Amino acid sequence: MIQVSHLSKKYKNNAEYSVVDLDLKIDEGEIFGLLGPNGAGKTTLISMLSSLIKPTSGSFSINGLTFQKNANQLKQLIGIVPQEYALYPTLTAYENLYYLGSMYGLKGKQLKEKINYHLEVLGLEKFSNKKLDTFSGGMKRRVNLIASILHDPKVLFLDEPTVGVDVQSKNVIIENLKKLNAQGTTIIYTSHHLNEAEQFCSKVAIIDHGRIIIEGAPQDLISQYPESHNLEDVFLTLTGKALRDHA
Amino acid sequence: MHKLWASTYKEFLLLSRDIGGLAILFVMPLVLVITITLIQDSTFRSINDNKIPILWVDYDKGEVSKNIYDGLAESQSFNIIDKESGSEAKELVFKGKYQLAIVIPANLSSELEKKVNLNVEGLLSKFGLEEETPPSQKSDLERKEVILYFDPATQMAFKNSIKNGIDKMIFKIETQTIYKAFQSQITDDEAEAIFDTESFITFKEITPSIGENEIIPNSVQHNVPAWTLFAIFFIIVPLSINMVKEKSQGTFVRLRTNPVSYLTVLGGKTAIYLAVCLIQFGLMLGIGVYLFPILGLPSLEVSGKIPQLFLVAIFAGLAAIGLGLLLGTIARTQEQSAPFGATFVVILAALGGVWVPVFIMPKFMQTLSNLSPMNWGLNAFYDVFLRDVGLMDLVPELTLLFLFFITTTAISIVYNERKNAV
Repeated sequence: MIQVSHLSKKYKNNAEYSVVDLDLKIDEGEIFGLLGPNGAGKTTLISMLSSLIKPTSGSFSINGLTFQKNANQLKQLIGIVPQEYALYPTLTAYENLYYLGSMYGLKGKQLKEKINYHLEVLGLEKFSNKKLDTFSGGMKRRVNLIASILHDPKVLFLDEPTVGVDVQSKNVIIENLKKLNAQGTTIIYTSHHLNEAEQFCSKVAIIDHGRIIIEGAPQDLISQYPESHNLEDVFLTLTGKALRDHA
Repeated sequence: MHKLWASTYKEFLLLSRDIGGLAILFVMPLVLVITITLIQDSTFRSINDNKIPILWVDYDKGEVSKNIYDGLAESQSFNIIDKESGSEAKELVFKGKYQLAIVIPANLSSELEKKVNLNVEGLLSKFGLEEETPPSQKSDLERKEVILYFDPATQMAFKNSIKNGIDKMIFKIETQTIYKAFQSQITDDEAEAIFDTESFITFKEITPSIGENEIIPNSVQHNVPAWTLFAIFFIIVPLSINMVKEKSQGTFVRLRTNPVSYLTVLGGKTAIYLAVCLIQFGLMLGIGVYLFPILGLPSLEVSGKIPQLFLVAIFAGLAAIGLGLLLGTIARTQEQSAPFGATFVVILAALGGVWVPVFIMPKFMQTLSNLSPMNWGLNAFYDVFLRDVGLMDLVPELTLLFLFFITTTAISIVYNERKNAV
């Protein structure tokens, strides 16, 4: 489904590469977790895979398509849930979703039904006509998610979709993502919530300094390190306990 | 098409939710055009209700000073205040209490008469009609100076018009004195009309007309197009802020991942902001036609010109929007777009001749002025309002405005493509 080959990215003003010669293969139907400390290169990798930034070198394809040759086809195939809310605060939830859904070519009754369905599933039907700037962080996260799945993407990229939300919102988001995955959507997500990733992902890759240092099913990784009880232990063993502040 | 419609509707919603922004977009241009027109109205009126107070010091007390005084009084532009001392007048003007003081030197009338008489006698003697003028008498006469004191803050245009006016009056008095001197030398009968002292050459101003109605330019016909255009171009500030906001909110990033072209995104903005420009323009015309007469200003004459005026407004609006799209595409923050946009509009307005007519600018600035879209728009508006030209005569200016829109929009798209190429 997703084939990444020797992908690298170096930002203009950075001395070091953010992603270094990265190879990765993600199969259809997987829930793939990209885990790593701050500045490890997770967001850079997702941004490249979702056409937001240009790789310095290397290539990738999704379903055999590349952005260089099939940009619009590929954009129709994927959905991106960005880290920030990326919604219009003065528009209502419905208006935001109507506009963003329209950008995927959805219209009329079909679009309205999809919006109402997802609002209901994610517990927002009562707030559909409220402006986004009156929403809590958790509610905005849910609208952010709906905006990216209205067009039924085959691949969904999520950059820390549960950061800063309450437990209930997080639970609803994760449950919904599982449902989407069950319907055939491949999910690639980054998170700092390692317990969540352990429960949620079928496969994870721990990434540090722009390189994948380990990859596999969460339980397989835990079993590789006998002293580890969970994914967090594996993560700390591999990436160390030193702070990773960066500006 | 549906994507363009959805983008347009979204822009409409965003704009309609910003009540403060909308008020600024529509109310401020109206306040601007009313204020400027009220201020500038006096410069277009032949009879000025607001007379400028000037100081008058007359050491001459003769015919010449009386003629100058009468000339100033007749102009009805000045409220003449008599002062006894030149130094007092000078002090008051230099302190900024008055804009102008005129000091007429002592014996101006008598010495002018004496000088003219001497010249006339000298001339007649050359023809053998008079005894030769003794050379000693010529050297006795000193040049006389009418002294003008101006407030240092006085504008050069006002200074020049005053100087020219007084110069003209003095010239006329000198000429009449010469005629009088000849008359007295040739005949003893003062009532005998030998010379016709009235000006032989006069001038007549012919203005364009529609049918039998003459088009007389007034402050409203000058100010409404100029400041409407200024307001139309100010649309680049809210438009660029709208685009920068999308970047900071992350919605622009989301749109880049959607299968929608940047042209469609810009198309939605263009449609809505063009509508704003046209509503602004309609309001300006409404103010000119209905409110200005109530405020004591001349009414804006638009009969038979509405389609041409809106056509110019559409193309001027497109040019302004193109510039706004470019600024919004390039700017990263509101701190970059807002001050730059506002200042740039002021520069374009200055270059375009909104404040100072292009023909009095230095040569280099006149050349630069040809590059300002506001100059093209202003010329097109003046063509309709004041020159009564046909639709075909507007084509050159409208083409330039449209090309400007196409060029700026194309640069925005290319810039965005290059910056975000994957």
